[in-house]
Amino acid sequence: MATKVVMEALSPTMEEGRLVKWVKNEGDTVAKGEVLAEVETDKAVMELVARGDGVLRKRVLGEGQTAPVGQLVGVIAAADEDIGSILSSAPAAAETAGGGAATAAPATPAAPAAPPTPGTPAPTATQAPAATQAPSAPAPSGPAPTAPAPSGPAPSAPVPPHENGGRPRSSPLARRLASDRGLDLGRVQGSGPGGRIIKRDIEAASTAGPSAAPRPAAAGDYTDVPLTQIRKTIARRLTESIGPIPTFYLTMEADLTRTAELRQAMTEAGNEFKVSFNDIILKAVATALARHPEVNAHWLGDRVRQFHRVHLGMAVAIEDGLITPVLFDADRKGLGELSQEARDLAAKARARKLTPNEYTGSTFSVSNLGMFGIGQFTAIINPPESGIVAVGAVEERPVVVDGQVVVRKRVRFTMSCDHRVIDGATGARFLQDVRRMLENPLMIVY
Amino acid sequence: MPVITYRDALNQALREEMQRDDRVFIMGEEVGVYQGAYKVSKGMLQEFGEMRVVDTPITELGFAGVGVGAAMVGLRPIIEFMTWNFALLALDQVVNSAAKMLYMSGGQYSIPIVFRGPNGAALQLSAQHSQAWESWLAHIPGLKVVAPGTPYDAKGLLKSAVRDDNPVIVLEGEMLYNTKGDVPAEEYLIPLGKAALKREGDHCSIITHGKMILVALQAADQLAKEGIRVDVVDLLSLRPMDVDAIATTVRKTNRAVVLEEGWELAGIGAQVVDYIQRECFDDLDAPVIRVHQADVPMPYAKNLERAAKPDVPKTIAAVKKVMYLEQ
Repeated sequence: MATKVVMEALSPTMEEGRLVKWVKNEGDTVAKGEVLAEVETDKAVMELVARGDGVLRKRVLGEGQTAPVGQLVGVIAAADEDIGSILSSAPAAAETAGGGAATAAPATPAAPAAPPTPGTPAPTATQAPAATQAPSAPAPSGPAPTAPAPSGPAPSAPVPPHENGGRPRSSPLARRLASDRGLDLGRVQGSGPGGRIIKRDIEAASTAGPSAAPRPAAAGDYTDVPLTQIRKTIARRLTESIGPIPTFYLTMEADLTRTAELRQAMTEAGNEFKVSFNDIILKAVATALARHPEVNAHWLGDRVRQFHRVHLGMAVAIEDGLITPVLFDADRKGLGELSQEARDLAAKARARKLTPNEYTGSTFSVSNLGMFGIGQFTAIINPPESGIVAVGAVEERPVVVDGQVVVRKRVRFTMSCDHRVIDGATGARFLQDVRRMLENPLMIVY
Repeated sequence: MPVITYRDALNQALREEMQRDDRVFIMGEEVGVYQGAYKVSKGMLQEFGEMRVVDTPITELGFAGVGVGAAMVGLRPIIEFMTWNFALLALDQVVNSAAKMLYMSGGQYSIPIVFRGPNGAALQLSAQHSQAWESWLAHIPGLKVVAPGTPYDAKGLLKSAVRDDNPVIVLEGEMLYNTKGDVPAEEYLIPLGKAALKREGDHCSIITHGKMILVALQAADQLAKEGIRVDVVDLLSLRPMDVDAIATTVRKTNRAVVLEEGWELAGIGAQVVDYIQRECFDDLDAPVIRVHQADVPMPYAKNLERAAKPDVPKTIAAVKKVMYLEQ
């Protein structure tokens, strides 16, 4: 008597699971209760056990693939038993085991199931403290934003997942055409077998207009990280709670004593070396972003795009609104160059002379209302970016140093974080780096 | 334009070449008195006499070797094999003598010889007499191999084969000898090494050779009724093979079916697919599919023979599969 191995609900909220690893091989004898495979649920990696005795005859679901709860993932039967009828009843199952590429569940809307690319940071249930509690207890949030998000490219509609190591399956021709036309394959829906993107899909996507594929960076400038089950659950639950961008806020205060000394020293060296506090803050944020790709990231619906380059948007107030010119590769520019460029861009913005390529393509943004005497505020995320840092005024404040109340130059900055991308601890570590650099500005050149 | 049979087209080619050059002669089993096992050499004994139309004993290795020797000393023999299944016995002369002589003699002895005869299956000739040998022969450096599927191609290629200074294999077909087609009255040659585009379409390419061109064209007709337009490329020459023609059609349609009469493993189609992946990787919108004989000795039973052979329905199914119209 054959026993079907199905994707079991291993947590109360689990709707689908990703088969991380088969523990048993086809042909292995298994006893009831023995572990067959490891399955990543929305919360953790759990064990899938045999519900009957026999031989694991067929591994229907491949490693790395995702299946909805209840779907056949394997068959246990006697060594000589005919399991053809069981396999043929499984949806799209027969081919999925070996190739690791076929869609396990065509009807399931969201199931990107690939393991993270080696070398790219990807939180797992056992690593990130903030992540483990996130599904049930969102990180502390500030007051809800009172204004709608500023205009900007809206996050694209999620495209159903690709199960080929996170890469969309596509024909060589489709890849060439997409590259020629500057199309992002991740945003194209494949109509070929197993969701393969083919020529006609590229043509359909091309005629859909440029808005179908905004492209902030060339291929190679970023890493697309497929969503883990926990990432997906966080995104879904928190969007239900506060959406469409579930934002929370982190505020940090930094001591600018040494930054002020640096400024002073540079000014003394000559007028041409004069930089503002804001320039140094921009440089510190850019440098920290280069070290925190998990923050320098865009939310793309079915995955997170972590950028390897830092294009820093800089909000500038203009007469009837605001605009965000971009300091491209801000982390690689010297303080003087950055300062000059920020000044030029701000002047152009106020003169309404910015060209579109000067105000699009940012990977992260900074806003500063310090010049208006605002001590602290929250800024609204410009999607698909996942964070923005709001910088307040540099003020002298009484602080306690070594048990003494002293007057120090201080600045407060608040980061708005898209919780689908950034967890509390992730954002906090980033802000710690920013503060460390502002308090020890020599680290910027390290 | 005159419409004649494939058999008569070959006969014209032989006679024209023997009239043109008295070094050319034909030799083989039953080519003279019996007028050819398939009547390809009909009338030739009467026209050219028994010095140039030579009947041989049933000794394939022997008369193939006589042919190679004659070519070495300045004649231009045409060796007819009653079928390529029998030519298996002569392969030592074809492969080790004819194909190697120019190379191993340091360029002293060219071997201007033609080996010709029917190749592949006819009807119910069973396992030993239904084999398609082209991948065996095309494998050998030193040989040229052509496989005409129509009367026009048969005449033009055979004449070029006779005039070439290298050993050329001409693969005909028992089932082709009675087929008819347009053949110009005036003389023409078809260059060795060039493929022909036999039908134009932009949805999918069928690349084939030999008698399978007839299958491909019928499949193309039926597909056209469903609105599917296929490019049909007839390779004509298997060595050298026209890689440019293969690349051109695949770059146009982005999809290909490779059809051949023989078996799958190490078949001609395997080489075509290799050229495609090498030359057209970025042009492919679907994996290439091959249609070929089932991997079994040819069955004698009618129904099993039909099931084993590549045919029109199998070719149509393959085209639809590479177009993602059917699984």
